[in-house]
Amino acid sequence: MPSVKPTRSDRRAADRRRTATTSSSRPKLTSHVRLRFDAAREQHVLLGPESVMVLNPTGADILSLCDGRHTVAEIVATLQDRYDGVVDDEVRRFLDRLATKRCLEMSDG
Amino acid sequence: MDSPFGLLAELTYRCPLSCAYCSNPVNLGDYHDELTTAQWQRVLIEAQELGVLQLHLSGGEPLLRRDLVDLVTSARYLGLYTNLITSAVGLSRRRAEQLRAAGLDHVQISIQADEATLSDGIAGTPSYAGKIEAARLVKELGWPLTLNVVLHRRNMDRVAAVLDLAEELAADHLELANTQYYGWAWRNRDALLPSRAQLDRAEAVVRAARKRLKGRMDIVYVLPDYYSQYPKPCMGGWGKRQLTVTPNGDVLPCPAAHALPLPRASVHEDSLARIWARSPLFQSFRGTDWMPEPCRSCERREIDFGGCRCQAFQLTGDASRTDPVCHLSPDHGIVAERVRAANEENRLGDGVLVPRPHRGRPGRR
Repeated sequence: MPSVKPTRSDRRAADRRRTATTSSSRPKLTSHVRLRFDAAREQHVLLGPESVMVLNPTGADILSLCDGRHTVAEIVATLQDRYDGVVDDEVRRFLDRLATKRCLEMSDG
Repeated sequence: MDSPFGLLAELTYRCPLSCAYCSNPVNLGDYHDELTTAQWQRVLIEAQELGVLQLHLSGGEPLLRRDLVDLVTSARYLGLYTNLITSAVGLSRRRAEQLRAAGLDHVQISIQADEATLSDGIAGTPSYAGKIEAARLVKELGWPLTLNVVLHRRNMDRVAAVLDLAEELAADHLELANTQYYGWAWRNRDALLPSRAQLDRAEAVVRAARKRLKGRMDIVYVLPDYYSQYPKPCMGGWGKRQLTVTPNGDVLPCPAAHALPLPRASVHEDSLARIWARSPLFQSFRGTDWMPEPCRSCERREIDFGGCRCQAFQLTGDASRTDPVCHLSPDHGIVAERVRAANEENRLGDGVLVPRPHRGRPGRR
């Protein structure tokens, strides 16, 4: 795994890297949330404490792979097999946002 | 027309606390005739059929309802995600274990400050120690824990200590909710509205904490709308994402909408689906057709929906005007004057807070 070394001159960037999702992280949905198909809207939804996130098919696929076994790199590769134009950075940002909201937990390595 | 995602079930307005910022209606006595268990269960079924996915069990204090466990059981049977929004007064270990077994998904506990004297003073009753104990119990039983602190002039300067407390309790979410000026809070607005200097200090503290606690605690902090340039997107749009059912069965687009001069809609008289789709209360401010200028031609009309109808009514007497917190509103002077008063250098003390009663007198308006 390539090491990421924060530069002293850019603390903001260092903070971002310190908390960012890396390729080898294994994301897992926390016990707080429920991923389910909503028959009324015909879409997957992620239900959490006082929150509803309506997912598009890509988002639902990503989260169904967040089981604590797959790494971020593997999730991206699987998505790229299924869909055209899946961008590594976008998947990471999506996962990062959900981790900030305490919907996902990351274990490293 | 969109289907609602969330139902706020205000099970009772009775409450062991008497916070002066309470958003419950001032005429509490009109809500003594509470829905029965069976009536609430029917409401839950109709809500689920209408597309509701989230149930917020609130009040008043929802733990005062003896049928709370039954209602959670029914909601979980329907597949709803269930949130308990509580003062934690009455959340004994036995009750908590029953709720856990019934499938309650999440608990939000209010605290009034980071330490007992101030918290109990604001709550009007010794409750802080029990709240902290209940918060630990929530984590012990495996629930996600949200702490909610309503912020105002008297506890705004305690935000750093509140964050430390939330971290110590391993809260998953912290809501630093600035007081919204409805109901009892409206009565007490001059004593509650913080100064700009207080807000600036709090914001700096929150920004640093968000960075430090990222991935461990989700911190929600929203500037009070009196100090914002634009209004809040109230309820995510009128009759668009949420509905509220009050203890007596009134159905509202927003918990403060009981004050509006529109015909009331009640689960005693109609189904939730018909009320949602057809009642004047829900139809009046849905979409953008009702908007006056400057909202009508504003590029933000689909972002903030003209702000809060209840606030427009409260401040101008006309619910269809632009929310006066918007700097573009012709009525903005009303809000600017309040803000000016809150920042006056020669302010004589912080005024007296009028506590809400635990329950209102029947039939008193």
